[in-house]
Formats: sequence, C-alpha cells, structure tokens
Amino acid sequence: MARAALPRRLNWQLAKVVELVEETARTTSIVLEPADWPGHQAGQHVDVRLTAPDGYQAQRSYSIASGPEDRHLVLTVERLDDGEVSPYLVGELRAGDELELRGPIGGYFVWQQSLAGPLLLVAGGSGIVPFRSILRHRAAVGSDVAVRLLYSARALDDVIYREELDAFGAAGDGVDISLTLTREWPEDWSGHRGRIDGELLEKVAWPAGDLPLTYICGPSGFVESAAGTLVSSGHDPSRIRTERFGPTGQ
Amino acid sequence: MYALDGNAIAGELFEVFGDEMTTAVGTCAHCGASGVVAELRVYMRAPGAVARCPHCDGVTMVLVSVRGIPRIDLAGFRLAPPHDHGPIADRRPVP
Amino acid sequence: MSPVSRGFLGRRRPVADPSRVPPGQYLTSDFPVLSAGPTPHTPLDEWSFTIHGEVDHAVSWPWEEFVDLPSETVTVDIHCVTKWSKLDTTWKGVSVDTLLQEVDTSAEYLTAWSDGGYTTNLALEDVTDGKAWIAYEYGGDALEPEHGGPARLLVPHLYFWKSAKWVRGLTLTANDEPGFWENYGYHNHGDPWLEQRYQGD
Repeated sequence: MARAALPRRLNWQLAKVVELVEETARTTSIVLEPADWPGHQAGQHVDVRLTAPDGYQAQRSYSIASGPEDRHLVLTVERLDDGEVSPYLVGELRAGDELELRGPIGGYFVWQQSLAGPLLLVAGGSGIVPFRSILRHRAAVGSDVAVRLLYSARALDDVIYREELDAFGAAGDGVDISLTLTREWPEDWSGHRGRIDGELLEKVAWPAGDLPLTYICGPSGFVESAAGTLVSSGHDPSRIRTERFGPTGQ
Repeated sequence: MYALDGNAIAGELFEVFGDEMTTAVGTCAHCGASGVVAELRVYMRAPGAVARCPHCDGVTMVLVSVRGIPRIDLAGFRLAPPHDHGPIADRRPVP
Repeated sequence: MSPVSRGFLGRRRPVADPSRVPPGQYLTSDFPVLSAGPTPHTPLDEWSFTIHGEVDHAVSWPWEEFVDLPSETVTVDIHCVTKWSKLDTTWKGVSVDTLLQEVDTSAEYLTAWSDGGYTTNLALEDVTDGKAWIAYEYGGDALEPEHGGPARLLVPHLYFWKSAKWVRGLTLTANDEPGFWENYGYHNHGDPWLEQRYQGD
C-alpha cells in the first residue's frame, strides 16, 4: 500500500464492504475496499455517512483498525444500544453493500517510527481500535520501540482482538500487554482487576523518568482520569496524546 | 461527560481550512493558554460544535453549518502560523 | 446527493399526526441532551433568578421563594433546530408573566442568560401571555442538570435553543441583541413553523 500522504482534499467516497468479522458480541470489524484510498497513518480515523431514502443523513467517526500496510481498510465498530449509526453498521450492513466514507483524517493521534518511544498505550473499551493499527504498523516496519499497552474492558468477553494482542505480547519483541477487567472476571483471572488508577499505572506503565510517548484513547471520562493520573505522578503532559470517544449523535 | 476533543471535528476543520488542523497550535483569547486544536474540549451535541479551552472553558472555536455551508468562528483562538488568518467567520470551504 | 445506504432508516419515529410536526423535523421518543459547554452545578442556596436591565427596579428571587411562587404544569411539544421534535412533554414552572408582574418596563426585547455564559434573545411578546415559563420540573421530577436543572427557560413555540438551560435571569433590552447561537448565524426569532433556523431564513 502506498505510503500515506496527507490529501489536500477530503472527499467522500464509496467503499465496498468485503467482509464482516464479529470480534465480540457487540463489536464487528468491517473490511472495506474504498474506491480511491490514498493510504493512512496508524491512529487516523474516517468519517462514515449514512443516507436514508428520504435524504436523511447521519455521520460518525471511526478509528481505522487496519495497519497502513494491511491489504484492506478495516473499521471496528461497537454497537451502542441507543445508537443510530452503530446498530446499522453492526447488524444491518452486509458484504456487497457500499459505505460512504472520507479519510484518512487526523494528524495528532498518529504514531510512526520516527516518533520513537518507549510507547505507553492506554485503551478504554473500543479505544483499543487505533492501537491495533499502531501495533500492526510497528510490526510491519520492524520497529523495536518498546511498548506497554494497558487495556481496560468490562469483562473478558468484551476484550477486542484478544488473540492478536496475546500474540503481540508473546512475540518477545518488546510489546507488553496488560489487561484490566472492571466489572467481572473469571475466577482464575491472572490479569488486573478494577478501573485504571494510580496504583495500576505505577505497576504497568513506564516510569515518568523514561519519558514515554503516551497515547490514551477511550470514553471522555476514562481519558480525563487516566491523563490526570499520569500527570499527577510526574508524566510530561506534552508527551501525552489523547483521543476521546463518545456519543456525537442527537 | 459530553466533551470530546478536537479530533472529533478534524474532518469538518479539514473541509473549512483545506488542511489537517488537529496539530495546529493556537492561543486562547480568554486566558492566554497555548495548545493544539486536538486538545480543545469539543461539545458536539448542539446546533453547532463548540470548542472550548481545556484550561479556562472559554469558547475558542464555533463550527456551524448554515444551510449546508460549514462556517467557523475563531474569535476565541489565535492560531499560530501558517494558519494565522485571524478570526475567520463564514470562511467558505476550500473548492 | 449521496447514494442511499441500503437498509438505513435512522432512528426517526413514524409521524402519526403531521400537523404537530413542523417542516423538516423528525420525531423522537427519547430526550436528546444538547449542550454548548460543561454542565453547571450551582447549589440551590447560591441560586437566584433575576429580572433587570430596562426596568424600573431589578427583582430577584432566591430558590426557596422562587419555588413558592404560583406555578403551572403544562404539556407542550418541543422542536430542536437540529431537527428532532418531541411531543407531549410535561413541565412545571413559573409563568414568565407572573415574574414580569413585579417590574415595570417599556422594553420590547430581552436576553435570557444562564450559568456557564449561555445567552439567547427574545422579543417580550414571545414570552408573555402564557407563552413561556421558568421550569424546574420535567415529567413530574426535578429537572436534571443535563436537561437544564435546577431551572430552565421554556418557550415551546420557538426552536428549543431559545429555551435556555440553567437560566438565571432575564435582561430586558430596548433592542434585539443576538445571543450565543444567534451570533453564530442562527435566527433571531426562531419560529419552527416558518422554519426560521438561520439568519436570513
């Protein structure tokens, strides 16, 4: 895939749905073939727009789950019960349909090798999506930047990309994956329990003195809390990048 | 919590400026704090998108779509070069 | 126009009685929360409602006195400029007529102002003769902060951005002075039946 160049125009285009892959009970990955994709950087997102027969439109943003070197563009979408767009994408959309989207978008919440590390990636729920793109890109370019990923999910069944994350962690090339489950966990759970707090970050994150490059992604409250905790324990706010997810529909 | 951040309006800002804006640096006109657009606190669920300074909550940018045309008011945020066009109101989208 | 997304209809509800839904609006059964800023949380013992500006004398009520004023319970339809409408919403509050009885004014306009800095402008004739309330209950319960509690302005015959959340007072003015959204291009009047969404509509 061509190296991503920042486009001067951001046009809407149609992407053919190649395949739908169920990741968890509530999240599905949508594998796409856009008409004219310029490539992307790990961490960027797309805007998706749906149009009803009477012209009514709804638009949402989704982080790109595929790495820049992957064959197809992939979005991973969590179905929100009271959502308007996500229940369509996870439930109605089928292979062969066309999805209108524009992108790639974003220049702040991106990682490329030249930014170095060590990397601290903190994900809440579907905030894990852009980090999969980052981890895939890191692997594809053979980077040896050390990574510590801390991923908070409600329960084991809600962990997206579990096998792939396990594989990254087991590869022995500098990626360390920590999971914390906040609502329920198996009896024999050997990972962490409870929400991310100062104590957990102290255990699994890079010490502030290592000057990590930190990315935090998830719901607004999660991001505020994690960022605040890191800064309070001495991390440099200018080395922390944040991306907040949340309802944007009305 | 309803505030997102500047990443949430990156597409709209690209439409108006013809450029990626999340890394653009600016100074809050209310309190003088400097920061990037991506870190502004954005309230999306409104008749427009309101971006506020993360330090003082002052209104920095307001994006509205008037009869389908996107329009931005930057009176609360002084962008640094190369985006220092002043408090653009009713900036037409780049053709 | 964009191509139609197969099978997408959105979350709109069917319209049983079109005469109740203004042009360009969709029905909703939930109550979307829209906000231009963080939710204020003024403690009730610090809250007051004030009418001032072009009046003979300013008037102010602390919370305890305010909720003791004669109140009304009304059921109205509300219409947001973002295109959703909600029918048969029930509110309890003090009629603006009741409050304006306490002042003398020749002003024809007012600016409603709120905690957090929000403002919106209205003609006096749009808030008198039973057209507006300061509401502190919704659906039989105390008005929640995310919906404008402790009290919000309620002017159901205009687009709902005129029903200022977290309202703290009315400044009576000689001239029509655009408020927050009006300054950014929204209509000074805002009649949903005439689809007055933007300046110039």
